[in-house]
Amino acid sequence: MRPLTEEESKAVFAKLANYIGKNIVHLIDRQDEPHCFRLQKDRVFYVSESSMRLAISVARPNLVSLGTCFGKFTKSGKFKLHITALDYLAQYAKYKVWIKPNGEMPFLYGNHVLKAHLGRITEDTPEHQGVVVFSMNDIPLGFGVTARSTVDTRKLDPTAIIVFHQADVGEYLRDEETLF
Amino acid sequence: MGRRAKNKQGDPSPLLEVQENAGRPSQKKLGKRKADDVETTKRPAKKARESEGKPPKPSALKGKEKSSVKVATKAKPTKPKPAKQKQARFEDEDEGAGSSEGWEDVEDDEGLKAQAKSLFHNSDDEDFVGFEGDLNDLDMDEADQDDDMFRGPVQELDLGSDDDEDEPELPVKGKKSKQHERPTKIIPTGSDASSDDSDEDEDDEDGPITIKNMEARSRALDARAAREAELDAEEMRQAELAGEASDDDLADVDDVDMDEEGEGGEEGEEGFVLPTAEELEEEKTRGGPDVHTVQRRMRECVRVLGNFKRYAAKGRSRSEYVQTLISDIASYYGYNEFLAEKLFQLFPVAEAIEFFEANEVPRPVTIRTNTLRTRRRDLAQALINRGVNLEPIGKWTNVGLQVFESSVPIGATPEYLAGHYMLQAASSFLPVIALAPQPGERVLDMASAPGGKTTHMAALMQNTGVVFANDANKARTKSLTANVHRLGCKNVVVCSYDGREFPKVIGGFDRVLLDAPCSGTGVISKDASVKTNKSERDFTLLSHLQKQLILCAIDSVQADSKTGGYLVYSTCSVTVDENEAVVDYALRKRPNVKLVDTGLEFGRPGFTSYRGKTFSDKLSLTRRSSGA
Repeated sequence: MRPLTEEESKAVFAKLANYIGKNIVHLIDRQDEPHCFRLQKDRVFYVSESSMRLAISVARPNLVSLGTCFGKFTKSGKFKLHITALDYLAQYAKYKVWIKPNGEMPFLYGNHVLKAHLGRITEDTPEHQGVVVFSMNDIPLGFGVTARSTVDTRKLDPTAIIVFHQADVGEYLRDEETLF
Repeated sequence: MGRRAKNKQGDPSPLLEVQENAGRPSQKKLGKRKADDVETTKRPAKKARESEGKPPKPSALKGKEKSSVKVATKAKPTKPKPAKQKQARFEDEDEGAGSSEGWEDVEDDEGLKAQAKSLFHNSDDEDFVGFEGDLNDLDMDEADQDDDMFRGPVQELDLGSDDDEDEPELPVKGKKSKQHERPTKIIPTGSDASSDDSDEDEDDEDGPITIKNMEARSRALDARAAREAELDAEEMRQAELAGEASDDDLADVDDVDMDEEGEGGEEGEEGFVLPTAEELEEEKTRGGPDVHTVQRRMRECVRVLGNFKRYAAKGRSRSEYVQTLISDIASYYGYNEFLAEKLFQLFPVAEAIEFFEANEVPRPVTIRTNTLRTRRRDLAQALINRGVNLEPIGKWTNVGLQVFESSVPIGATPEYLAGHYMLQAASSFLPVIALAPQPGERVLDMASAPGGKTTHMAALMQNTGVVFANDANKARTKSLTANVHRLGCKNVVVCSYDGREFPKVIGGFDRVLLDAPCSGTGVISKDASVKTNKSERDFTLLSHLQKQLILCAIDSVQADSKTGGYLVYSTCSVTVDENEAVVDYALRKRPNVKLVDTGLEFGRPGFTSYRGKTFSDKLSLTRRSSGA
């Protein structure tokens, strides 16, 4: 486990800012307990400092996970955000998309969100913006990237894609083997 | 809602709020079921509650109480501790996600009650009445077992100074655990004679047992028993006459005749003759006995052993009957001889048969609500809307739900994926409830995969403090981590060490949970391969490993912790050498450790002596429960 370097931090925050924008400051400066990012085996973990200090006593080959895994760095150095970060994304998300009950299952299978499944969407969402996908009961289901801005979405026909799928909670079952 | 969800019912009325103890899941007062209380409650009321779940068996009627719940010594931490003591609580438990048993009814939503009533009506009857007849009417010493599986003993170790002796032990409450629906017995024991016909009839009449009732029932049951015995005797005689021709060369022929006529004439029951060793050998060479013969023989052996003086054939020793019964059990249920004998010796005869029967039946599915994300009533509502038939489990837990049937896969609903619940056996709640980790503590789970108990602890601690989840098997840490993340536990550190390396890695924990790797004899219904692949060597190795682990666990607890100082040891096996023996070993090796009451309301006390081995008296604080 080691702290993130400058470039790594930049990559992580850039990705996060796509979804939560300015609210990143809430992740870094928390009122209750200071948290920090740590890197272990190419995975980025977000963990409270007290837990992190205790976890230092665990040797590197034996440490599997601490706190919450946000994502991992690929072999080519890009940072990929995982579904395990959904909790924090959903909490601080700026742009949200709600999908209808009949659209839940297709999204959980990994398909993109179609216009026909769209329930609600935050106003003035720009194009190619990171959004968090919720069900109508406000249960976070995953996140994605908008294909069109809100205004354009109105003109689309029902089979058009409006949100590109990036991650969904169904991956806990589908990608059990590769998730960790 | 899934598009294939069948909306079988209209919107259910919202659930009534279940009584919740702030921060303390199971208290003594939850679901108290003393023997006396049960007996004096009115029948109809009990019936209504029974229909929700498993009926509690009046412990007075039953010879024994099964259901061990470790009494959580939660009271201890709240009291100002004179000398900080560490209490290690040992628990034995049924490990596993899928099965659930042994839970209490809970007063809950009327709608759910009504729905579940129809489901439970018949099954409960069978369970309940089986006992009524037993003790009153038959000469059997053993009462019918409702709890099918024994879990290991639950104990709390108190590591502390002698001042601890003053602290009052929490009284152990007798509690009946609810059993799952009992299957119709393949091998009816003597008690069945009473229960078979009376199931439907007597259930409603089961009031307080008065003298009048007893007499009437006695007579009815005797009549029934006699009738059945006659039928059996008839069968026996037919079989013997048929078999006699081939047994001419055996010396027993004369005996057979004599026994049949002699005993048959007296009581009309004892037409059964125990085959000798030679006969059994012959049977084996003929390719093994057929199922019906084995069944009959088992039934008769059980009957004979129930009252040996009266029913035994002359000149045959008790051990012969026992031996035959054990080998029949092994061949009938599919165990190897060693395991059949080992498990048989744990229980009285009729209970043993019940145990073997119960292992054939799959346990009901239960789920635990993840309190970090949702509440039980909301989750129940959401699942019912998807078409799942479920019910809250019982008074002793406010997070458990039992699933009866579901039109959608319960392990793949959007709620499951969102981390709102975890598939877990009800008995797996018990060690965590007994351990009662408090917010802000440092807790260790030494063998935590796949993470049901770890996530439960994190939920109880409300994501504060830190939980170290360890598992020796690196491949299993994957599923552990996945579950931790899915359920939104943010204070968990997952590591992969051999448990014996603690506390070298890190020590000073406030509480430690050791759910030790075991033989799995308590969860045979989930994994039938245990029946055949366990040998004597396995038990020796496991026992040795468990003893090492428990010592390491004790050393990892910080004795002078302000809020904690507890260890809970639990397994999912029923054998003594994995439970009582291990705890006794720990007590002897660590004199600064003390056993404490678990705070759980059900469960049978652990053995203080077993087949020549004696353990410390304190082991009666441990709990054996059969669970689902």
